[in-house]
Amino acid sequence: MTSSIAMNLCYLISALMFAFGIKMLGKPTTARRGNFISSAGMLLAVTATLFFHHIIAYQWIMIGLVLGTLLGLWKAIKAAMTQMPETIALLHGFGGLAALFVDWIAFDVNPFSDVLTQASIFLSIVIGGITFTGSLIAWGKLSEKLPGKPVVFPGIRLVNAAAFAAILVGGIVFFGSTAYHYPIFLMVLALSLFLGITLVLPIGGADMPVVISVLNSYAGLVACTTGFALRNILLIVAGAFVGANGIILSIIMCKAMNRSLTNVLFGGFGAAVQNSDDASGKEVKAINVEDAFFVLEAAKSVVIVPGYGLAAAQAQHAVRELGELLEKNGSEVKYAIHPVAGRMPGHMNVLLAEADISYDLLAEMDAINPQMPLADVAIVIGANDVVNPSALDDKNSPIYGMPIIRADQARHVFILKRSMASGFAGIENPLFYADNARMIFGDAKATLQALSAEFKNAA
Amino acid sequence: MELVYLLFILVLAVFLGFALITKVPPLLHTPLMSEANAISGITIVGALMAAGTEISSVLTTILGTLAVVFAAFNVVGGYWITERMLKMFRKKGSV
Repeated sequence: MTSSIAMNLCYLISALMFAFGIKMLGKPTTARRGNFISSAGMLLAVTATLFFHHIIAYQWIMIGLVLGTLLGLWKAIKAAMTQMPETIALLHGFGGLAALFVDWIAFDVNPFSDVLTQASIFLSIVIGGITFTGSLIAWGKLSEKLPGKPVVFPGIRLVNAAAFAAILVGGIVFFGSTAYHYPIFLMVLALSLFLGITLVLPIGGADMPVVISVLNSYAGLVACTTGFALRNILLIVAGAFVGANGIILSIIMCKAMNRSLTNVLFGGFGAAVQNSDDASGKEVKAINVEDAFFVLEAAKSVVIVPGYGLAAAQAQHAVRELGELLEKNGSEVKYAIHPVAGRMPGHMNVLLAEADISYDLLAEMDAINPQMPLADVAIVIGANDVVNPSALDDKNSPIYGMPIIRADQARHVFILKRSMASGFAGIENPLFYADNARMIFGDAKATLQALSAEFKNAA
Repeated sequence: MELVYLLFILVLAVFLGFALITKVPPLLHTPLMSEANAISGITIVGALMAAGTEISSVLTTILGTLAVVFAAFNVVGGYWITERMLKMFRKKGSV
């Protein structure tokens, strides 16, 4: 009894440390310390469990701890900053899988426990299963091992609905009778793993910020339900934090796209190529690097709008170099970050921070938009939908209503783009045809380096 | 009663979570998500308990060990990646 009290007191301190850790993430200056406190809280929870819980067999636990720690460290050290989205997706999946195994053991040890335990285990298996395979698919899409385009086959919604119905029926039998208890458990487990795949496959790469946020909240939820199954308060509290985090980020991402969560998760967005804007008669105007340099050289203020293309071209260091040269030349340089730019919440901020760009130069959409009409040049790098003005005025556009960065209001707009092939969602972008817009075709990194070279030659 | 007691804790924790997380600026959303991800690895506590129980069959031993491996991967990988990212956020003029 005393050891149980001691253990739970340690858990209380752990929970407080998690809370303080998140609180300190509220400011860039305290964030690192916050992360350290949070990780110390985790170490305390693990140590307290090993010390106070009646653990009989240490041998396998130690092997597991050492192996998991080494693999986790290896992955965390090896992953490049451009690979953050897929790495985090993979970690979500592993969290879900671990929870799934824990609940499976709880079920295996006592298949006929009380209703609360059984219900919690049942829910954990479903959420954990979906989290695991769903995260693996998201990881595959983000790391381009799977096609980023939505994978849709006819009847996929019917298949999903059938799988979901089968889980429900399984649940009714599971709780209604004692017959086929274990087979039903395994069937629900298999169906959940299947659902994770078919739910995420039809979602396109550009919607991954939402998917990864939802998976984050699932990872929290499954920790919660596992906490209910094991009657472990720390699991419930920590799971609640993570669940809340995922929900908040999902809402922010959806708002930034002006779409509902249901639409993102079940809409199959971007699968069909829509062409609402009749752009066939218009032509884009290209500009070469030299002419672009003359415009930039005279510019007093420059706003750089990065998108996923920046990450894809690994151009974050090249953009920092150009930014510094512009500043040296007397321009004021800002970076305008759209909430859904990139493949996960905050993706662009991390990339630009990696290139050692001071974080006070990174402006949020609402902060930068009022200043856009005053900007001499907006440089759009690998971004498309987040600067598409048809979101403002074209009611037929699939992205109508989405808030955008008003790059179109700058005096000159340079768009760095590989080719005129349509963007991810296949939506026409009238910005490309605007009078103040000029395309600079080619690899974003090479273009930026060429621009920097012009500045250096001129100096 | 037990259910109500656990729900009580859950609801208050959700509220605390909401209050804290809404204060995190978009600038730090990626590190926030990866730290939250590391926290979700709290299932490691459940994994340790499950892997160390006395009633152990071959199945539970395998599942328990794997649960510890994956949860530890989640925790260590998550915190380390967050640290790596946060280390990069600098303001010009400061070291």
